[in-house]
Amino acid sequence: MLPPHSLQQAIEKTVRDEWGRILAALVKTLGDFQLAEDSLQDAVISAMQHWQTYGLPRSPAAWLITTARRKAIDRLRRDQNFNSKQAEISYLLDLEHQAGDAFQPELIPDKRLEMIFTCCHPALEEKTRVALTLRTLGGLTTEEIAAAFLDRPDAMAQRLVRAKKKIALAGIPYQVPDHLVLPERLSSVLGVLYLIFNAGYTGGVGETPVRSDLTDEAIRLTRIICELLPDEPEVGGLLALMLLHDSRRFSRGDANGNLVPLELQNRKRWDVSKITEGAALLEDILPKQRVGPYQVQAAISALHAQSASWEETDWPQIEALYQMLYRMQPTPVVYINLAVAVSYARSTDVALTMLDAVADDGRLNRYQPFFAAKADVLSRAGNPRAAKACFQTAIDLATNSFERQFLQQKILSLDEAE
Amino acid sequence: MQYMLLIYSAEGSGPQPGTPEFGPFMQGYMDFTEKVKTEGKFVAGDALQPIATATTLSIRDGKTDMMDGPFAETKEQLGGYYLLDCTDLDEALNYAAMIPTATYGRIEVRPLIIWDN
Repeated sequence: MLPPHSLQQAIEKTVRDEWGRILAALVKTLGDFQLAEDSLQDAVISAMQHWQTYGLPRSPAAWLITTARRKAIDRLRRDQNFNSKQAEISYLLDLEHQAGDAFQPELIPDKRLEMIFTCCHPALEEKTRVALTLRTLGGLTTEEIAAAFLDRPDAMAQRLVRAKKKIALAGIPYQVPDHLVLPERLSSVLGVLYLIFNAGYTGGVGETPVRSDLTDEAIRLTRIICELLPDEPEVGGLLALMLLHDSRRFSRGDANGNLVPLELQNRKRWDVSKITEGAALLEDILPKQRVGPYQVQAAISALHAQSASWEETDWPQIEALYQMLYRMQPTPVVYINLAVAVSYARSTDVALTMLDAVADDGRLNRYQPFFAAKADVLSRAGNPRAAKACFQTAIDLATNSFERQFLQQKILSLDEAE
Repeated sequence: MQYMLLIYSAEGSGPQPGTPEFGPFMQGYMDFTEKVKTEGKFVAGDALQPIATATTLSIRDGKTDMMDGPFAETKEQLGGYYLLDCTDLDEALNYAAMIPTATYGRIEVRPLIIWDN
């Protein structure tokens, strides 16, 4: 990593890195999400002033948490219900005396895991879970989150305030759920992390088709969960999946801002270190024999990543993995991918039979990827006329100009071939 | 914290009196009530008469209006409730999942307001 350009940037990076850990610890002590966040925000403002003058302290995290606790005491004292808050204030003052100046960052209890289960609680709306996770553990500002989801900043701010109110009033706990509900809750956490990743991976525009702030944040958070829950193979599976997808970050778009499909990507531009890390993770996890959808998707991505060319891809293996994934997740998307894998592993005819078999499915007959996939198989089956009609249907159903351009290009190349 | 677990289902759905499923179904409710009592969570709980017995009252501009029937004619109706004392939402949700009607109706979980004074 390059050294930061200025003290200002160094401070911003420190705050960003420490935010989640400090906020999680503060919420646990204060028992009040909003108070914790406001106090930490106050501490960050103080840090900007002090550190600019005196330089970074020996332990920025310890400095921030101590200052945030003092700010919390100030806030509680200013509170109209001063008397009813006496107990909290004396508790905080006690903590302050115990801590003193010898307060070490490694002594800050790591409550990030508890915190992410709170933020991703199924009693909250999905979009709220994503926003709250980014704000609380990612340390993104409300404006940054609003921009990522094309929301107005005030609407996003309101959403976050409502969420924190619900957590407090409904009594959503700050704890790692017990083993009976852990799988279900963990899948909500992983779903949120994957949504953040995908928002970044598919949300870019023009020459930067990937919003790396979001993909990097999703990977960073998944890494943390992976360290904190080493016995849950799906966490590692998700991390591997993200790394393997992210290895193609620089080959997904061309100079004109068009998306480049996997088939046509320049494999020399793939990030070998991410591929190696992702594949190594999978080699560790898969023998645990607790395979889930993220591990299977990562295994598919790894096969592509480690293949020298599109032609040399191990299609029979990819088909087998999609079969396995379809048993776990019988969704239209997986079915379409399975059919495409079959078109390479066996024949385009078998794939077309598979696609025709579901053509009446209400979930598919208005679904752009279905027609794009079918058109692609038809063109390889030597039926350009039917392929063009299918591409046209896909264009009519496309939701953005990148997709439309890409599909239009397909029709043009079929015209040229004729 | 105290949580109200509101039990909603469409009247006439679920096991009906006189069918073989009805006995085990009611037993499920008795077991649940017994369980929350033994575990010290039970504050109150009752079943409601069908919505045909409901009357809805409102006062507008000093005028009392009465309506035969429930407040809103929806597919699923409030059929009963439990009031439980739980440590947090997760515990309340855990109990909500044990209520027999959860398998075909819905359970709404709402915390009670605790007045300071």
